[in-house]
Amino acid sequence: MRGMMAVLRKELADHFASKRFIILFLLIYLAGIAAIYVAGQNIRNEVSESTRFVFLRLFIVSGGQMPPFPFFMSFFVPIIGIALGFDAMNSERASGNLSRLLSQPLYRDALINAKFIAGVVVIAVLVTSIVAIVSGLGLRMLGIAPNGEEVFRLLLFIIITVIYGAFWLGLAIMFSIFFERTAVSALASIALWVFVFFFVPVIATSVANAVVPVDQNSKIDVLVRNEEFRQAISRLSPATLYGESIQVMLMPELGSASAALMLISIYVSGMVPTPLPISQSLTIVWPQLVALIALTAVCFAIGYVRFMREEIRST
Amino acid sequence: MSQPVVETTDLTKVYGEVTAVDRLNLRINEGEVFGFLGPNGAGKTTTILMLLGLTEPTSGSASVCGFSPTRDPLKVKRIVGYFPEKIGFYNDLTARQNLRYTADLNGIPPAEVEKKIDALLEKVGLSEVGDRQVGKYSRGMEQRLGIADVLMKDPKVVILDEPTSGIDPQGIEQILGLITDMRNQGITVVLSSHQLHQVQRVCSRVGILARGKLVAEGSVEKLGMEAIGGGTYRIEVQTAEPEPKLVEAVQKVPGVISVQSSDKTLVVNCDRDIRPQLARVVVDSGALLVEMKIEKYGLEEIYMKYFKES
Repeated sequence: MRGMMAVLRKELADHFASKRFIILFLLIYLAGIAAIYVAGQNIRNEVSESTRFVFLRLFIVSGGQMPPFPFFMSFFVPIIGIALGFDAMNSERASGNLSRLLSQPLYRDALINAKFIAGVVVIAVLVTSIVAIVSGLGLRMLGIAPNGEEVFRLLLFIIITVIYGAFWLGLAIMFSIFFERTAVSALASIALWVFVFFFVPVIATSVANAVVPVDQNSKIDVLVRNEEFRQAISRLSPATLYGESIQVMLMPELGSASAALMLISIYVSGMVPTPLPISQSLTIVWPQLVALIALTAVCFAIGYVRFMREEIRST
Repeated sequence: MSQPVVETTDLTKVYGEVTAVDRLNLRINEGEVFGFLGPNGAGKTTTILMLLGLTEPTSGSASVCGFSPTRDPLKVKRIVGYFPEKIGFYNDLTARQNLRYTADLNGIPPAEVEKKIDALLEKVGLSEVGDRQVGKYSRGMEQRLGIADVLMKDPKVVILDEPTSGIDPQGIEQILGLITDMRNQGITVVLSSHQLHQVQRVCSRVGILARGKLVAEGSVEKLGMEAIGGGTYRIEVQTAEPEPKLVEAVQKVPGVISVQSSDKTLVVNCDRDIRPQLARVVVDSGALLVEMKIEKYGLEEIYMKYFKES
C-alpha cells in the first residue's frame, strides 16, 4: 500500500504538470463550452413551460449545427483515457526506469494499480470540472437553478463518464504492456476507438438490415425487430453502452434504453410517458453499466496478468 | 566461516530449449567485491535477476542475507541495491527529484531525505548539478547518479551490471573509486562486467560464467595458477649462444614453474618476477643475454582460456 501511494503521488504530479494534461484540458473545455453555449442559445426553442427538467435539457439539446454535449463527451473521453494510458508501461521500459523501479521494495502490482488510479483521478478531475463549469455557464445563461434530482442525475452522469474513460484507460494501459513501442500502443488504441465509434454503428445497421430487411412498406413489428437486432449488435461496443446510459440518465422521460424503440412505442400507443425517478432510470441502464464495468475490469485484468508474469530485463 | 551473503544452490533457469543458468552454486561472502565475468549470453544477468526476485528460477534456490528472493522478494529488495545495465532516470525530472522518488519508494522518512540526498550527491560529485534535469546529464553523470540512487536505501549488497559501459576514462576512475568506497563501508559488491582490467583492479574474488555454468571461481592469483598451469608471470629470454645446460640451470632457480626452450628463446613460467636471477644464470652459463621480456598474466588470459575451453 505504501509503495502504491508513493507511485500514485508521483504519477499524479507528473500528469498534472505535463503538457499532455494542458492539451487535453483545453480540448475538452473548448468543445464542452462551445456545445453548451450554442445549446443555451437554442434552448428557448426546445423547451416549453411545462418541461420539468430544464437544466438537464441544457446538456442534451443540440445547438443548430453543433452536436449536443453528450456527443462531445462520448467523443473526447476515450481520447483522454487513451492519452493518459498509452505510454504507461512502455515508456518506463524504454527510458530504463522499469528495472530500477522494480528493484525497490514494492510489490509489482503497485506500479500498474497506481498508474490506473492516477489516470482515473485525472479523468475524474477533467470531467467533473467541465460539468461544473458548464453548469455554471448554464445557470448564468438560463437563470434557472437545477433541482435536487437534476443535480443527482448530473452526478451519476459524471460517474458513468468516468467509468467510460476508465475503460479506455485500461485498454490503453493493456496495450502499453503488450507493445514495446509507445507509438504502436497509441495507434492500436486509436484504431480500436475509430472502429468502435465509426464502424460499429455501420456494421450494426448493415447486419440488421441483412437479417431483418425493412423498406417503406414494412409493418411496425418488422421495424421493431430490425431496430432490436441493430441495437443488440451495437451494444457490443462500449460507446453504445455509454451513450445509452447517459441518455437515460440525462432524460428522465426515457423509459427504455433504446430511444428509437421508445419513440415507436409512443407513436403506437399515443401515450406520452411521465418522467421516471432516478432509481428507475438506473435500473433501466443497470445492464449497460455492469457491462461497461465488466469490460473495463477485463481489459485491466489482461494487462495486469501479463505485467505480473513478464520478465523485466533492462537490456 | 560466517554465513555467505549471497548463496545459490543448483540455481537453474531454462527458457524453452535453452538453459541460461545451469545448476549454479555460488557463494559470495560479506564485505568482498565479487567480480562476475562471462561472455554475452553466459547467464550473468539472468542470475542477477533471479537473485533479486525479478525472475522465477526453474529449479534450485537462492538466498540473499538469509532471505529467499522468490518467497520474500520485498525483504531482499530492501537490502539489495541494483544498478542495471542501461540504467535510466526520468529525464524531465531533476536529479534531486529522481532521488526523492527513490526515497519515497523505500519509505525513508521525509525528515531524513533531503540530508541524505545532499550527502549522496556530494559523494558522487553531482552536488552542483543536482537541480538540473537528468535529460541534460552526460552519460558519466547519469551513471554516477545511478550509484547515488543505489545507495539511497543504505543497502547491504549492491549488484552492478556493467556500470562503466560507455564512460570516459576519468568517469571510470570515479566509478571504480566509488566501488572501493562501498567496500570500505562494508557493503558487499557484486560487479558484473566485461571490462577485465577494471574487474581485476577492484575485485577480491572472481567467478567466470560460461553457458550457464560456473567454470572458475577464486581470487585472480588462484585462477591464474589453475589456468596457466602455474605461475602468473611469463619471462621470455633470448640468448645468443645457448648452452644445453642452460635449461637445467634455469629450472633450478627458485620460483620457476616450467621452462620451454625453442631455438634461441627460453620461455620461463614463474610465480614471481625473477629476472635478475635469470640474468645471472644465463650469464654464468656462458651464454650471451640478448633480451628479457616479462609478461604478467591477467584476467584476460585466464578468461580467454576458459572461454576457449567451454
